[in-house]
Amino acid sequence: MTITDTNTENNTADNGVNVEALLGAREMLSGAPAAAQFTFSATNEWVNGTHSRSTVKEFFGLGDDQSHRQPYSVDTDHPGIFASEDNGPTPPEMILMGLAGCLTAGVASVAQNRGIQLRSVKSTVEGALDVAGILGIDPDVRNGFGGVRVRFEIDADATRDEIQAVIAQSQKRSAVFDAVANPTAIVVELV
Amino acid sequence: MNPTRTTDVVVIGGGQAGLAMSQCLTVQSIDHVVLERGDTANSWRTERWDSLRLLTPNWLARLPGWSYRGDDPDGYMSATEVAAHLDAYRISISAPIRTGVEVIRITSTGGRHVVETNDGPWSARAVVMATGASSNPHVPGVAGDVPGHIQHVTPIGYRNPSQLAEGGVLVVGASASGLQIADELSRSGMEVTLAVGDHVRLPRTYRGMDIHWWMDTIGQLDERYDEVDDLDRARRLPSLQLIGSPERRDLDLTTVARNGVALAGRLVGRSGNRAQFSGSFANMCTSADLKERRLLDRLDEYAASHGLDAELGEATRPSPTASSPPLLETDLRSINTIVWATGFRPAYPWLDADLLDHKGRLVHDGGVLPVPGLYALGLPFMRRRKSSFLDGVGPDATDIAEHLVGHLAHDIAHSNI
Repeated sequence: MTITDTNTENNTADNGVNVEALLGAREMLSGAPAAAQFTFSATNEWVNGTHSRSTVKEFFGLGDDQSHRQPYSVDTDHPGIFASEDNGPTPPEMILMGLAGCLTAGVASVAQNRGIQLRSVKSTVEGALDVAGILGIDPDVRNGFGGVRVRFEIDADATRDEIQAVIAQSQKRSAVFDAVANPTAIVVELV
Repeated sequence: MNPTRTTDVVVIGGGQAGLAMSQCLTVQSIDHVVLERGDTANSWRTERWDSLRLLTPNWLARLPGWSYRGDDPDGYMSATEVAAHLDAYRISISAPIRTGVEVIRITSTGGRHVVETNDGPWSARAVVMATGASSNPHVPGVAGDVPGHIQHVTPIGYRNPSQLAEGGVLVVGASASGLQIADELSRSGMEVTLAVGDHVRLPRTYRGMDIHWWMDTIGQLDERYDEVDDLDRARRLPSLQLIGSPERRDLDLTTVARNGVALAGRLVGRSGNRAQFSGSFANMCTSADLKERRLLDRLDEYAASHGLDAELGEATRPSPTASSPPLLETDLRSINTIVWATGFRPAYPWLDADLLDHKGRLVHDGGVLPVPGLYALGLPFMRRRKSSFLDGVGPDATDIAEHLVGHLAHDIAHSNI
C-alpha cells in the first residue's frame, strides 16, 4: 500500500520544479528544526474607503531575514454592488487565489516527483459566502466561507486515478489548504 | 526479593512475540527466561473489548512450530480465543515464563545487561523487548482541553456500550478500533459522532478471498523494511478499516453513516463549547478511496499474471465513500464520552532515555538496537510489513535469534581475550 512512483526509473518529466532541491531541503531541515521556522508577512496601508494596498517583500526563514527580489503589491477593495469602487480583488477572493496557487504549486511538484509530465493545469475555486454574516443580519451565519470547492482540469501523461492521487497529495501538503480548512489562532493588536 | 539470577537472554513480554522468541531461542539451545508482568497473553485477556475479534483470519496466526488448531481457519478469533491459542503454544514449547514479573529498569554495561524487576534482578548477555506496540494509548493534547463532565475512554479500557454514560459519544479516530467501536455504540442505540482523519479502507473479501489472503499471497505482508520508499510513513500507517466477523462483512464510513453515525473531519481543536473538526474530510475520503483502488488494481494484475482469473470470482469494486457533508463542529455540552481511538505509542519507562529519539521512539535497525545485545520485537513494520501481526512475529523472531546467536558468539570470543 505504498504509493508507487510512476516512471521513477526514467523520470524525464519536467514541470519546471526543482524537486531535487526540495528533497535536499527536506533532508537538511529534518536535522535542523529551528531553521525550518519561517515567518511570512505583509504590510498594508489604507487608501480610501474599503480600498487598501498590501505589500510583501521581507520574510524570515532558515534562521535569517530573507527577501523577495522585489516588492509585490496588491490592491484590495469591495465591488460596485457593495457600493464601493472596485479597485482590486476582494480580500476573500485573495484567499481563493491563494488556495489555487498553493494547490497548483503542489500539483506541479508532486507530479514531477512522481515522473508525471503535466501539459496543462487549470482550476476554478468557488467560495460560498452568505453575507448575512458579515452584515450582522443573522448571528447563526458565519462570516467566512460556508464551503469551498476547487475544480481542477488537468491534461497530463497519467491515468485519471494517478492525477487524482497527485491532487490528493497536494492537499495533504498545502499550507493554504490547511490555513483555510483548519483553525488558526489570530491575534490583532494596536501598537 | 531474589538475588541476581543469571541467564543468556531475558525476553520481556509473554505474548505472541515473547513466546515466538522463546521458541527460536530454545531451538538454538540458548538459555533464556521470559518475564511477563501479568499472565501469558496478558493484553489479550485484560486489554481488549468484549466483542473484539482479530482483523486477520485464523489461519494467519502462525507461530514458530505452531498454527491455529481450531475448526474455523477462515474465521476470526475472539480475544479470549487468542489468549487460549497462545496459552496452548506456551505449553507446547515449554516456554520458561515467569508471570507477575514487572521490569523496572535495564542497565547495560560492557556486554552485560542487568534487568531489575519487582522480583529481583536478572543478569543477561542479551535482552529482547517483546512488549508490543499497543501498550500505551496515545491521547492527543486537546483531551486536556475539554469540559470536565466528559468521560474519557481508550480502546484499552473500553469493554462494551453499557459502560458508557447515556448521551452523546464522540469517537476520535476512524481506523479499525475507532470504526468498530463507533459502529458497536451506534448499533446499541447511542448517538455517535466519529472524527475522521487519515484512514485506510479495504473490502473484507475481494473476488471471494479474504483481503489478508490476497496481501499474504502477493507478498505484501512480507515486504521488508529496507525495501520501502518511506519507512517512517509505512510504520505510521493507520490500521485497516476492517472487522473480523462471521458474516465477513465490510466496515467502512458509508456503512456507519447509513446506520446513523454522524461523520466529522479530524478533531483539530476546541473553541468555547465547540469541538472543531477539520475541513479536510473530503480529501481524507478521496485519498482512502484512491489507495483502495490502487491496491485492488494490483490484486487484479497479480491474478491475471498468475493465471488465477478462472478460479476467482468477478471483480466487484467497493463504491467511493458516500456521506452527507461532514460536521465542522459539535457542541461538547451534549457529549458525555469521548473515545480516543487515536493509536498507541510504545513506552519504555525501563530504558535509558538516550536509547529513544526526541519523540520517545526506540532507535533501532530492524529491531537491533545500537547497544550490542539489546533487541526489540513486535513493532509495526519492524522488519516486515507484518511485524506487528500475530503471523509476523515468527519470521522476525527467527531473524533476531540469528543476529543474537552471532552476538553471543562474538561476545564469548572477545571475553576470552
